Amino acid sequence: MNILRSLLAAATAVTVLSAPAFAEDPIKIGDINHYKRMAAFAEPYRKGIELAVSEVNAGGGVLGRPLEFVFRDDQGDPGEAVKIAEDLMTREGTVMFTGAILSNVGIALSSFAKEKNYLYLAGEPLADTLVWKSGNPNTFRLRVSTWVQAAMLAEQAAKTDARTYATIAPNYSYGTEAVEAFKANLKRLKPDVEFVDEQWPALFKIDAAAEVQAIEKAKPDAIFNVTFGADLAKFVREGSDRGLFDGRGVYSMLTGEPEYLEPLGEEAPEGWYVTGYPWYDLPDGPGKDFVAAYEKATGETPKMGSLVGYTMAKSVAAAIQKAGATDTASLIKAFEGLEVPSTPVGPLEYRAIDHQSTLGAYVGTLAVKDGKGVMVDWEYKNPVPYMPSDDEIRAMRPAN
Amino acid sequence: MGFFIAQLLTGLANAAALFLVASGLSLIFGVTRIVNFAHGSFYMLGAYVGITLMGVLPGVLGPHFGFWGAIVLTGLIVGLAGALVEIVVLRPIYRAPELFQLVATFGVILVVQDLALMVWGAEDQMGPRAPGLRGVFRILGEPIPKYDIVLICITPFILLALWALIAKTRLGVLVRAATQDREMVAALGVNQRWLFTGVFALGSALASWGGALQLPKGGADLLMDFNIIGPLFVVTVIGGMGSLPGAFIAAVLISVLNVFGVAYMPQSTLVLMFVVMAIVLIVRPYGLLGKEEVAGEHGQSGAPETPIRPFGQRGKIAVAGLLLVLALLPLVTQPFALVLLTDIVIFALFAASLQFILGTGGLVSFGHAAFYGGGAYAAALMVTYAKTPMEIAFLFAPLGAGMLALVIGWFCIRLSGVYFAMLTLAFSQLVWSLVFQWRAVTRGDDGLIDIWPSAWLSGTVPYYYFTLVVGVLGILFLRTVIHAPFGYALRAGRDSARQAEAMGIDVKRVQYVAFALAGALAGLAGGLFVFAKGSVFPTELEIGKSFDALIVVFLGGVKTLSGGIVGASFMAAVEDWLTRLHYWRLLLGLLIIAVVILAPEGIVGSARRLGLRLGLVKHTEAD
Repeated sequence: MNILRSLLAAATAVTVLSAPAFAEDPIKIGDINHYKRMAAFAEPYRKGIELAVSEVNAGGGVLGRPLEFVFRDDQGDPGEAVKIAEDLMTREGTVMFTGAILSNVGIALSSFAKEKNYLYLAGEPLADTLVWKSGNPNTFRLRVSTWVQAAMLAEQAAKTDARTYATIAPNYSYGTEAVEAFKANLKRLKPDVEFVDEQWPALFKIDAAAEVQAIEKAKPDAIFNVTFGADLAKFVREGSDRGLFDGRGVYSMLTGEPEYLEPLGEEAPEGWYVTGYPWYDLPDGPGKDFVAAYEKATGETPKMGSLVGYTMAKSVAAAIQKAGATDTASLIKAFEGLEVPSTPVGPLEYRAIDHQSTLGAYVGTLAVKDGKGVMVDWEYKNPVPYMPSDDEIRAMRPAN
Repeated sequence: MGFFIAQLLTGLANAAALFLVASGLSLIFGVTRIVNFAHGSFYMLGAYVGITLMGVLPGVLGPHFGFWGAIVLTGLIVGLAGALVEIVVLRPIYRAPELFQLVATFGVILVVQDLALMVWGAEDQMGPRAPGLRGVFRILGEPIPKYDIVLICITPFILLALWALIAKTRLGVLVRAATQDREMVAALGVNQRWLFTGVFALGSALASWGGALQLPKGGADLLMDFNIIGPLFVVTVIGGMGSLPGAFIAAVLISVLNVFGVAYMPQSTLVLMFVVMAIVLIVRPYGLLGKEEVAGEHGQSGAPETPIRPFGQRGKIAVAGLLLVLALLPLVTQPFALVLLTDIVIFALFAASLQFILGTGGLVSFGHAAFYGGGAYAAALMVTYAKTPMEIAFLFAPLGAGMLALVIGWFCIRLSGVYFAMLTLAFSQLVWSLVFQWRAVTRGDDGLIDIWPSAWLSGTVPYYYFTLVVGVLGILFLRTVIHAPFGYALRAGRDSARQAEAMGIDVKRVQYVAFALAGALAGLAGGLFVFAKGSVFPTELEIGKSFDALIVVFLGGVKTLSGGIVGASFMAAVEDWLTRLHYWRLLLGLLIIAVVILAPEGIVGSARRLGLRLGLVKHTEAD
């Protein structure tokens, strides 16, 4: 028995040693993120990337070379991010860069990529402008945009009798874009709605009690929420205490993502209609396989960031494989119309028209089970029907 | 009416935590004269320690004793941590130049941030509810959470307890005496060290109680420390530095105002607070209940300063040699080194401009980023809205920043010392909040993008040369001014305003001009920055940016001429190297603390002392 075990161990050791024995240097990708400032999202994101990289390399790497990600912290500062991007591309020898969570950092990196003719794949930044109004040939984006997520929520809201709405959103680009998108989509579907109050707390500096009172005073039929993180927790607590959510529909961006839902614990607001990530409830298939692999590799349950990081790294590998080279021009050409067949959400495509991927969003209703918030009656929605028409996009995007 | 009352009560409840934290800061400042940037860290620690204890204690002591016991215990634990910080970090450097300690407290912030991340993890934690206080009271039909009422009732008791401590006990007598004249207290045989340690511990405990008491209304997260700094300083300054009743009134004022701001001008909540602060300080420069700063220490603390001189022969050759190396560097090095050097030159110019008013003028500005970012924005706005060519837009950077400095300086120059520092902080925050919330013009945090240089300067090497020439000329200009009669007048005003005035120098006017000059040169650095990065965001105007400049000036050596430049180069290089590591903030924080303790005169100051001792440098050329 003992002999058998040591033989097995030796055999494993040999395979482990021989697997990464590539003849050539790794292909390096730089990832720039706010690993400290937004650690709650960025750490799972990094682990997602690492899982994807280990899978890619176990399968022989890309172009016969191993894939490697270089992670760098930008402190959430756009100027710092641009400096690091330059460092990665000129000194570290990376072939492209990825990263950012905050939209403003993403936008700065995108402008930089265009100026210096590098390739930037934005994993997480949600701003619509990244692929539309300020879109450029050197930038691609994975995650489903603010507009689309807000449109999905508005579609659900339009089905109800609610006529007056209040909105609450952090006073920065993501918040204002989300509110505009929700208003535009809801008015299109239901022209008689009225927006009776708008609240704009400063990001992560919410005065929740005052916000709740101000919304209550407007007596809306329903509420659209964009706050997240610590702001969301305070808003939920004050709002529940003061009965703000009683008898009102609430439509909320991102609240179903484990990053933001788990800290709420048993106080997760039941009945809210949200976008998120119901990893605990996925049917058999690639989605569930990813959850199992992630739990095995990290010992943690996946977050939204894990899914984004994993899918992004897989996209990069697919693009390099398709390009057959690592120069920027070839990679950009490969990314345009790139199909990534097997991701946790099924096949993806990076659209040639606006460089946006077709990663969709999970939407559903919040409930509390076993003292934890979960999404129920959820569905995964394809983003394409919610996007502006191709002509509208062409009109928005600066000439390619 | 009901709505009005409800809002008032909300404001009062919000004031509780703010008052606790601010009273701690005020106490510490009053006695030790330390502007404790790390005070927000103790607030954050209070929240985390509180959550941890509240998870354990109620199981042992029952829900009520558990919850309130946890809050009390939090104060003890964090108070001890505060004492430890004071003994290890601050005690060795009380004799260092004034305000030097704030660099050390900045190191503490970085260390605490990473330690909290290690211990409690990245995820936000929701605070536990206070037992038996879930739900609301109805007051005139409006729901008011029960816990809010408790907070409203607790605060006056704490104020009263603190007042009794200060007014009625022997410790209080000593604290008051030390606030007025700490050297006299020492001369009377009071052991100052333990007094300082005790006050620091008490202040930290108060901050942690603020953090723990707000738990049922929020929770703990890793951004708490920086988020409270803004309101915290506003409250302390409006109330008057060192005044407890002042802190109470200001905390209530700001909190109530904020609640009404949310209801009636929801998009300008940030601006409101700083506008109020600026108005209060313009009308009452020392805050509502603050007293005019007594010029207790005549001149500066520490050993007398060596007179400054222009570089001697050897110095000139060394500088020329360094410049030659920098100019030839593009021939041999890889592109990224040039990018890094460009950043260093920009940062060095920014730091040198701060050092000009801080070291030579004796005006400690906490808001220098307003001019750096202001210059960057001035140029970027010209490019964005008027399609101005880069060459002309670039000139608007120093011009715009200089104008801004003339406006801000007009209000600030009347004050001195820490009140001057605070008013500059208030104005820089005002500029920041305007840029952040005036989205129609500045695009808020979307920033202004695609601000790239003209074709002849684009590319790493040409822009490096451009930056090098402009940066070096700017720094040389500052040095020339320092050695000119104007610089002498400025220093005279710094060392003794009274004697300088007796000699016929219009001290305030000299300082005003110097402030505008420093602002314009910071703007020049901002202009270099915006075309190097191609974009500008409100982050360039944040408190953090002002602190960066302050820290490098102190690290380099505030009483030297080249301290800012050396400190900036040191910091930029170290950061570039450290940020590759996972727990880099911890290491950077420890490094800053180590430098502060080992080289209390800054890098240049300590190197000079070492050089003098070893006989490598002569007195005449020691800079």
